Amino acid sequence: MSQSYGKKSLIIFLISLFLFFLVYPAGFNSGADFLNSKLKLEKAGFKVPHFFNIPFRLGLDLLGGTHLVYKADVSNLVAGQSSTDAMEGVRDVIERRVNIFGVAEPLVQVEGDDRLVVELAGIKDISEAIRLIGETPFLQFKEERPEVETNAILEAQKKGDKLEQDPYFTDTSLTGKYLNGARVVFGGGVSQLSGAEVSLELNEEGGKIFKELTEKNLNKRLAIYLDGVPISAPTVQSVIPDGKAVISGNFNINEAKELVARLNAGALPVPVSLISQQSVGASLGQESLVKSLRAGIIGLILVAIFMILFYRLPGLVSVAALLVYAVFVLTFYKLIPVTLTLAGIAGFILSLGMAVDANVLIFARMREELSQGKSLSSSFNEGFRRAWLSIRDSHVTTLIGAIILYLFTTSIVKGFALTLGIGVVMSLFSAIFVTKSFLGFLIGPWLEGKKWLL
Amino acid sequence: MKPIYKIMFFISISLVVLAVAATVIFGLNLSADFKGGTLMEVQFVGPEAPNISELQDFVKESPETSNAVISPSGAGSFIFRLKEIDEDVHQKIINNLKLKFTNLEEKRFDSVGAVVGGELKSRSVTAIVLVLVFIVLYIAFVFRKLYSTLSSFTMGVAAIVALLHDVLIPMGIFALLGRYYGIEITAVFVAAVLTILGYSVSDTVVVFDRIRENVTRFGGKNNFGQLVHDSVLQTLTRSLNTTITTLLSLVAIYFFGGESIKYFSLALIIGIFLGAYSSIFVASPIVVWWSKKN
Repeated sequence: MSQSYGKKSLIIFLISLFLFFLVYPAGFNSGADFLNSKLKLEKAGFKVPHFFNIPFRLGLDLLGGTHLVYKADVSNLVAGQSSTDAMEGVRDVIERRVNIFGVAEPLVQVEGDDRLVVELAGIKDISEAIRLIGETPFLQFKEERPEVETNAILEAQKKGDKLEQDPYFTDTSLTGKYLNGARVVFGGGVSQLSGAEVSLELNEEGGKIFKELTEKNLNKRLAIYLDGVPISAPTVQSVIPDGKAVISGNFNINEAKELVARLNAGALPVPVSLISQQSVGASLGQESLVKSLRAGIIGLILVAIFMILFYRLPGLVSVAALLVYAVFVLTFYKLIPVTLTLAGIAGFILSLGMAVDANVLIFARMREELSQGKSLSSSFNEGFRRAWLSIRDSHVTTLIGAIILYLFTTSIVKGFALTLGIGVVMSLFSAIFVTKSFLGFLIGPWLEGKKWLL
Repeated sequence: MKPIYKIMFFISISLVVLAVAATVIFGLNLSADFKGGTLMEVQFVGPEAPNISELQDFVKESPETSNAVISPSGAGSFIFRLKEIDEDVHQKIINNLKLKFTNLEEKRFDSVGAVVGGELKSRSVTAIVLVLVFIVLYIAFVFRKLYSTLSSFTMGVAAIVALLHDVLIPMGIFALLGRYYGIEITAVFVAAVLTILGYSVSDTVVVFDRIRENVTRFGGKNNFGQLVHDSVLQTLTRSLNTTITTLLSLVAIYFFGGESIKYFSLALIIGIFLGAYSSIFVASPIVVWWSKKN
């Protein structure tokens, strides 16, 4: 029996060693450096290379950073515009904004119908980031209402109704979504004092809409709103076919420049508001990381001591299997990659206990079989066979919990669900393959006189 | 069934009743994650860190913060809990604190809208209900072959009763902790509850698996009570050892994992201990008593 298990054990050991260096390349690298300097390999034109380094991806609570949830107002969409399109537009624009901050791997994603989640890890000045995201201008073109409507609304507003409606202008389908670029120009328009105007260049589709709008509203006013505030309402003098518009509000040169910078970074197709913010300072993140790692190592040591004291040789085997388990799981975290949060690390530590559980089930069964006077090898096989159903069922129920947790919670708890889920699956593999191979390799005639070891 | 099962079962029932009463009377001290609101943790750096009464006077000065609740969280570090505020107010408070006292570092700032909090609450309830449903279905499916002795439905119900026991008691304990020590139930607490559900049911499943095996080996018609008792004894070492190893990991998190996940691990410690206990003294006797009735 020992031979095939011996082969498997060796393969597991080699793979684990490789994965250990993948998880902890610094260990390999210092060894390589030591060899390089000791053996003077460089002179021989050869050098032990460093192991490739794939970093762990840490969550906001460990790295420090902020998790922002924005709600977009999609209640006033123009006909033909779907909320999905609008949200994609919002996402693209905010993504461009966020990229300016230069944080690693910012996350900007649409959730549900009208939510946008922004995660900025390791960002220093959170309030500045919020200001810049929030300040992104929301540009609208509006046309005059027919006089009848204006009067009707004004009449209603006197009675306290329809207060939220703009009596003079009504939305058109032309918004900041169609903006190609903006620049400061000096014209002789309304801004007599400074002469600074903002020229807008629309994209092809926007140009078409603008042409239609100017045709339709010839000799009427067309208003330009920024963040819901009218800044300019020039009268259309002629049809403008080339998609070029000019805003001539009362800007001084600096205001005009800032507006251009903001417009160029992107105008939001619909307005957004911040509804939730969760921020963690970098120092607290670092502290949490160190503490949770220490807790993990202490947990592992406590479990190892207990297993060896209680199960002796099989206990030692299960500790070896546990180390293999830990290395495999950590490799998965790196390769998938799993974003490690504080709760996620707790999930990992918890899964150590679970990985041991499968071993406990097997060893308890083995001892039972042995005490019934069966031989070593048949106790070994029976122990694994009989424990299998319990192991499977207990793992499946935990997995159900993890999957539902993953599907129904916020990103902070998702990390926990994911690490727990990976833990459950790997624990099955560890128990039925790793422990079995190691123990199968060790069990042999030499143990016959030393049953106390089991 | 031996009398010990009856005694322990009634102790369990009384604990559950007490826990439910505590939850109803004191209510759960939900954090801003669920209710909406703001939590701000600041660490004062510099020679003259203010004390808590100075801070309480400070928050009373401006209308936005007048309802703030302040609690200490380590040397020179304080947690402020207040209603939902926007970023401008937030920066104003921080600047005023810096002006009035000494330089500070903001360790944590959460401001959650009431809508987001409400959504989390309803999603959490959905998740817990779904887990319960799926677990009953799984148990019913796995133990379908036991139909000749007792319905797999019985086992499902027994497992659910044990689950409720394992979740309601920690909930009652946290209602007490919330009432007397101000400990809040945060978003990760939901993760703890779902994990307890998974663990508790896996303990129960291991005992039931053993019952199933013994029924198929020896037949269960004659003395089902004794058979269940034997199954419990046969799985006892495993239950204890598994619980001990898991608790060892959790105790490490509780003592060394830092403040943020301390109560998360406490909930798990209580729940997982109860999970092992309830599979023996709650789920197993229910299966026996139910099968006697039919």
